[in-house]
Amino acid sequence: MRASTRRLGARTGYYTTTTALAILFLFPLVWAGWASVKPTPGSGQTVGYGLGNFANLWNYGQGLPTYLLNSVVVAVLSVIGTVVVSTLGGYAFARFRFRGHDLLFLATLAILMVPYPTLLIPLYVLLGWLGLQNSLVGLALVLMMFQLPFAVFIMRNSFEAVPRELDEAAMLDGCSSFAVLTRILLHAVRPGLVTVGLFAFLASWSDFVVPLILISAPDKLPLPVAVVSMQQRVFGSIDYSVLEAGVVVLAVPCIFLFLVLQRGYVRGFMSGSLRG
Amino acid sequence: MRRDRRRLVGMAYATPLAVIVAVLFLVPLGLVLWMSLHEWPLLGEPTLNLPDNYTAIAHNPLFFDAVWFTLTYTIIVTIVLFAAAFGLALLVQRHRPGVGLFRTAFFLPGAVGFATASLLFYGLLSRDLGPLNPILSALGVIDKPVSWISGSPKLAMGSSIGLVVWRFAGFNMLILLTGLQAIPEDVYEAARMDGAGRWQQFLRITLPLLRPTIALVLILMVTGSLLAFDQFYILTNGGPDNSTTSVVMVIVREAFTRFDLGSAAAVSVVVLATLILFNAMQLQMLRRGDRPEDR
Repeated sequence: MRASTRRLGARTGYYTTTTALAILFLFPLVWAGWASVKPTPGSGQTVGYGLGNFANLWNYGQGLPTYLLNSVVVAVLSVIGTVVVSTLGGYAFARFRFRGHDLLFLATLAILMVPYPTLLIPLYVLLGWLGLQNSLVGLALVLMMFQLPFAVFIMRNSFEAVPRELDEAAMLDGCSSFAVLTRILLHAVRPGLVTVGLFAFLASWSDFVVPLILISAPDKLPLPVAVVSMQQRVFGSIDYSVLEAGVVVLAVPCIFLFLVLQRGYVRGFMSGSLRG
Repeated sequence: MRRDRRRLVGMAYATPLAVIVAVLFLVPLGLVLWMSLHEWPLLGEPTLNLPDNYTAIAHNPLFFDAVWFTLTYTIIVTIVLFAAAFGLALLVQRHRPGVGLFRTAFFLPGAVGFATASLLFYGLLSRDLGPLNPILSALGVIDKPVSWISGSPKLAMGSSIGLVVWRFAGFNMLILLTGLQAIPEDVYEAARMDGAGRWQQFLRITLPLLRPTIALVLILMVTGSLLAFDQFYILTNGGPDNSTTSVVMVIVREAFTRFDLGSAAAVSVVVLATLILFNAMQLQMLRRGDRPEDR
């Protein structure tokens, strides 16, 4: 009797503490959404609740559609690039032996070891030489490069977790190595693909430093840099409400995609990233 | 013959990766060394000026202040963030009703970009729009509004740490959780049979078996903090009075405010050398924790 009362007390304590913490973690996100639509003097929304701040954001600078489109282009290019390159690379590392196998794997992981500003300063010059200055393609390529260590690692581990008998049987049936990859293995490594793709999206959609340094043309800026420039342009009174509207536009796609894909993401993350 | 062919096929699959790594990683790595030896203006021809860029670092007071600040920040934020992430991981470790929702709630800030999170906190902690001052004064904690971001160096540091904990605790919790769940349940059971209490189980089983994971999390935290940029660029803008100017901010400032790419490259090389040294030390520790008898 007393033991069960104590257990009930412990359980209540646990749920109270954890719920309070969960609310604390969710509060800023909820607040940003609320602050972007609530009435605030001096903002785009002075009376009643409404989308006045979003209307201001829509018309800011080159216009929200331009920035959004830039962000979408960069995110899509770098997600596709990351998924394709890391899948092919992971397949090569897991299933083939070739000259430079270990060296290339180590060089890829070494990207993690090098501080990003050390690479961004020369990349700024290099992309200029390649004619990719102020180019969304150049930006996507660089963001993809920063994703590759994690992505290749996950994909190699995902392929290694698939039994070799599967490909050998298909090879005996006359499948080429590419057919083995596309027809059989891609299904088996789906959680890894989801993790890599989602991670690449979250990183490239939200990245700030890389475009800050590589892109200077106003019509090529992705959304995060554009919203931050709104904050730093004004002296004196800053319109915080429109900033929070920008935060909402930036955050909603990430939160949505994460909630939809989180099952696969967490599974891929746990099976791929920490084994190996 | 067939093996040779297979070797070529493997190489072909690895080619896109090899090209990207070579062009966008190895070449820039060489280029940054080359640039650091030159007077390299943003526009115009570079000229050799070895070793001026490096000696100039020694005369840059902002750099030393930034190094000192970055180190202090790294130590404090690593301790706070690790404690938070580990606490959360222990809290949601066991399966029970609703635990999935808690995990999602703690991780969700990690889905939002760091720059986005910094902007969010810029409004959240502001005196104009932020809810913090009204809430705290209603509770009677403060009697007049506090400038959380620019009031004092300590407040600015504290606000940045709050932001980092909010944004990154869940992600590190997930890594620690993976490690915690890899510890087999029967090890705990055996310890309980031997009469070990909860605290003893934690000290004797959880901590030692979790060491490789803890090392990984610490490496990520320390590296991330040493390279901190977004939170200080966006949230505190390096202030008040340059008190929160990090090393990476100095690099960006040299390059794009002072238009001196050579000097920025030299600072980058120094940071790279420090990081390599530091990571080598950490890896040594990691490997020690990874010996078979520790598994």
